Amino acid sequence: MTDSSRTVPGTDAPRTAASPPPGRTPGQSSPPVLRRRRMSRRARRDALVFLAFAAPNLVLIAMFTYRPLILNIQYSMLDWTLGSRTATFIGLDNYIEFFTSDAGLESLRITAIFTLFTVGGAMVLGLLIAVALNIDVPGRGLARSAVFAPYVLSGVGVGLVWLFIFDPNFGVLGWILRQVGLDSPEWFLDPDMSLIMVIVVYVWKNLGYCAIVYLGGLQSLSQDVMQAAQLDGAGAVRRFVSIALPLLSPTTFFLLITTTLNSLQAFDLLRIMTPTGRGTNTMIFESYLQAFGGYSRAGYSATISVLLFVILIVMTVAQILFVERKVHYS
Amino acid sequence: MSAPARPAPENAVAPAPRRENGPFSRANLGATLAGGYLPLILATLVMVLPLLWMIISSFKAPQEILSTDLVVLPSEPSLSNYEAAWNSVPIPRFFLNSVIVTTIGSSIKVLLAIFTAYALVFVRFPFKRVIFVLILVALMVPPQVSILPNYVLIAGLGGVNTYWGIILPGLGTAFGTFLLRQFFLTIPPAILEAAEIDGAGHLRTLLSVVVPISVPTVATVALVTIVTEWNDYIWPLIITSEASRMTLPVGLTALSNSEGNTGAGWGILMAGTVLVIAPVLIVFAMLQRHIVSGLTQGSVTG
Repeated sequence: MTDSSRTVPGTDAPRTAASPPPGRTPGQSSPPVLRRRRMSRRARRDALVFLAFAAPNLVLIAMFTYRPLILNIQYSMLDWTLGSRTATFIGLDNYIEFFTSDAGLESLRITAIFTLFTVGGAMVLGLLIAVALNIDVPGRGLARSAVFAPYVLSGVGVGLVWLFIFDPNFGVLGWILRQVGLDSPEWFLDPDMSLIMVIVVYVWKNLGYCAIVYLGGLQSLSQDVMQAAQLDGAGAVRRFVSIALPLLSPTTFFLLITTTLNSLQAFDLLRIMTPTGRGTNTMIFESYLQAFGGYSRAGYSATISVLLFVILIVMTVAQILFVERKVHYS
Repeated sequence: MSAPARPAPENAVAPAPRRENGPFSRANLGATLAGGYLPLILATLVMVLPLLWMIISSFKAPQEILSTDLVVLPSEPSLSNYEAAWNSVPIPRFFLNSVIVTTIGSSIKVLLAIFTAYALVFVRFPFKRVIFVLILVALMVPPQVSILPNYVLIAGLGGVNTYWGIILPGLGTAFGTFLLRQFFLTIPPAILEAAEIDGAGHLRTLLSVVVPISVPTVATVALVTIVTEWNDYIWPLIITSEASRMTLPVGLTALSNSEGNTGAGWGILMAGTVLVIAPVLIVFAMLQRHIVSGLTQGSVTG
């Protein structure tokens, strides 16, 4: 996305500046005064067309994306029960509560663990699968589709499929563990096990995205460089670690940012697999639970949303800074 | 060519020569295929088996699911789980609601995206750059962050358990606008000038020139929008409380609550899950190229 704002000036400028935009009449020879008047009428008509075309969408975005961002800040300073007509202004108490209460810190810890392991897991496995997909054999198109498919499926559906697999009594996983003489962990009751479970399923659902993006990166690598290294006696592992990985670093960084943003927004899987959020209440889930999970604590929920948005902004800025740097060396 | 070039020390590091075989080397073709296919098959199985298990289980009898021994295939595949899911919750209603919400929501979103992108690229306006940046930032705002204020607003307007309440807050589209704008920028101005000389206004230029040459991109945006709408969960979950307005994912949650997630309920739940997953899977199988390119857009430049 940030790339776009970079390519814009190059592609956009000629159209608006050099070549006449559509709708400008070829009145080059008309006297200056007359021309300016016609231009301004033209400009006014264009402005009206612009508003007619873009305003509905822009109003909706302002209404349902920007307005909530600002309102969240306001809500976050209130002690307010959702549905109640009255609220008390309490300043930064909600923020203090989040950073000092056990529940708040626990939510932070779970967010960190969930994000770290889902991002790491999806990227490492995605890269390995991309390497496998990059081998030119017939039928790999099918494997490519299979790997990507879970990414487009409903999180609720995927969560239920895996809940059944994880079920300690009737699930396949428990059966496999019993065959080798092990007891199934209490995936649904033990908070730590619940967290591991949702991490595994989230990685499964999202690694296809990493695999396909990495595959694109691998296919854009110069074959000459790889073959030269091969002739120099570098083995496959060496070629991969010393040449492919460094060349893939822009892809890796892109994925790091996008998958981190996605993990911080994970909700569907967590909600359907662990409805109470015990052990899996990441910030986004905790924010939902506080407002809609029976507590109706609107102010506190908004506080977590504000904090989460700040984190997302920081990640986005990091991405922009990286792209800035990347441009210099490529 | 590659085999003699590889010295012995490397073989000592990786004794089993697998992927390092030159795929074009005739002597190593067999090993290449084995090494190439094994990881592919493994990866495919890991992704496909859980979904296959879902489908198979949805046709099983309760005792086959409750059995402590693993029953791989149902002895008498039956639709009884689908029937039970039908009777437990109004599944046809959920399905219909999902279809209604997805159809209306995606149609409006795609239209809004086309018009906004056209305006941003082809119509002169003073603050276009600022507006575009605001749209980009909106792309970064996760819908989950906006749900509480949006709930307060929509609930206050009486939108709980209504179709418009489900659809309206998600209508503004940053993703489609962004994708289409990027494509529109690549359209040669000469094409539009030709339309201009023919005396076409903006609306006619858009409908008869720009849209026809943008069909693949519009299709990509439409597909991704449809899939996203169909899977959408958190907002419909919050804004509906009555079965008559629940979409499939929300209805599945209700089904999951009533069947208790364990025991005989699994067959019924898997039947319900098939209904939410299968349509997307079918669409994906047919049109995956568009969907994949739409969802991985932005990485292409990286």
